[in-house]
Amino acid sequence: MNNHALLSIKDLFVSYGNIKAVKGISFDVHEGEIVTLIGANGAGKSSTLRAISGMVPYTGQIAYKGTDLRKMEADKIVALGIAQVPEGRGIFGNLTVMENLKLATWQRKDKPEIERDFERVFSIFPRLKERSNQLGGTLSGGEQQMLAVARALMSRGKLMLLDEPSMGLAPVLVREIFRVLKEINQSGTTILLVEQNANMALRLAHRGYVLETGTIALSGTTAELLGNPRVKEAYLGG
Amino acid sequence: MTYFLQQVLNALQLGSIYALIALGYTMVYGILTMINFAHGDLFMVGAFFCFIAATFLKLPFVPTLLLSMAGVALLGVTIERVAYKPLRQAPRVSAIITALGVGLFLENFTLVFSPYPQHVPTLIENKTWIIGGVAISSLQVIIILLALVLMILLDLIVRRTMVGMAMRAISWDKSIVPLMGVPVNLIISITFAIGTSLGAAAGTMYSLAFPVIDPYMGILVGWKAFISAVVGGIGNIRGAMIGGFILGAVEILVAAFLPSTYRDFVAFALLLVLLIFRPYGILGKPRPQKV
Repeated sequence: MNNHALLSIKDLFVSYGNIKAVKGISFDVHEGEIVTLIGANGAGKSSTLRAISGMVPYTGQIAYKGTDLRKMEADKIVALGIAQVPEGRGIFGNLTVMENLKLATWQRKDKPEIERDFERVFSIFPRLKERSNQLGGTLSGGEQQMLAVARALMSRGKLMLLDEPSMGLAPVLVREIFRVLKEINQSGTTILLVEQNANMALRLAHRGYVLETGTIALSGTTAELLGNPRVKEAYLGG
Repeated sequence: MTYFLQQVLNALQLGSIYALIALGYTMVYGILTMINFAHGDLFMVGAFFCFIAATFLKLPFVPTLLLSMAGVALLGVTIERVAYKPLRQAPRVSAIITALGVGLFLENFTLVFSPYPQHVPTLIENKTWIIGGVAISSLQVIIILLALVLMILLDLIVRRTMVGMAMRAISWDKSIVPLMGVPVNLIISITFAIGTSLGAAAGTMYSLAFPVIDPYMGILVGWKAFISAVVGGIGNIRGAMIGGFILGAVEILVAAFLPSTYRDFVAFALLLVLLIFRPYGILGKPRPQKV
């Protein structure tokens, strides 16, 4: 295992009752990288993210900056700087946009910094500023995805985990979201991106892992993966 | 007319008590989608704490009230940790049956210490003012005002504070809340503490207004408050307040103008009819299907 990795995962197993979702995967994410996990439905991508965020029990080792996350509660993991943008966006429809963002600052005590981050988030997503007093449930799918990413920024995630941000969005919105992710990465946030949209994910990320039925089938730089005939056939539509 | 106004005042007094108890049902439902059927018995324990503080500790009204609220809050949080938390992932029916069991436990535990009804001493000097032919007692004024203050405070907590935001977020989708860095267990404990302490405040005021208390006093009052919460729209805080006042009004007005034995029958029948036309309650909305 690489000690310099920001996030280091070793022999991770996740099961739900008798169903084994993740069967012994190991990988590292380094500071400043965008790493993507691609694979079909049920390959174990979301389960891996849930394990990192402390949402599901697992065996194996997950370490962030050398700290073992095993015994840690989910809210403490957020405090360490790991922010997850969950599958299906997870917007609180009964809270306003502003309240959704404020809630994500729960672990933070740095008031002036929080104010600055609000400004930053609203400059990245001007649409959210216009709608800040609207209920989350009234936003369109694309706006909800923006809000979900904005929330992760408000929690000061140094490592952002994204679970299928492209799901259910029109291609133009997907490009918009991915453009923002690139910006966020360039300003210093490390990203672990789970996607079924392999094409978009591999174009954005630096490195990738291909998950098949709970194990890592392939790994490499995204250039290598994009050129791999197996990846082309199975995930990029020939 | 003065008779009517007199009854309105009585309805406000009874409604305040139902509303305060209904809030406990609705808050717990909002956050755990379970009905805490022990809540009526926590109201009863609140009345007994009032009795103990006033009789044995000889405390005046305000410390008695605070002691009762704090004691029941502690009990409520403990019950959640010990009895309900292990069942979070279990079917809701299991949690509800457990709550009924907890209620029976509280009744019988109290019965061990108090096999006979107890008399609660007078803590508030009973003055009566006659204004335009309507008799207003000091106790009535205190009950109504205190209930209003507590409800306004609760409304502010839920709408304006981070804790309130977290409560509302949990009621929408509990699984996402930890990802915001919010400690869900702490928020659930705070919810139980607030909800049960409101029940204790109601128990204290009820035992001052009707000063003979017994371990089974929480059953009927609890059911009525539960129905108030359902009428208002279970899970909706303002709904619980409205439902409590409606039930208080219906009961008092029925007893005022019809034979008093009709009271519960007419009250419950009216509420059933209301639920036919508004099955989610007055302010309740059908839960959106989450995709």
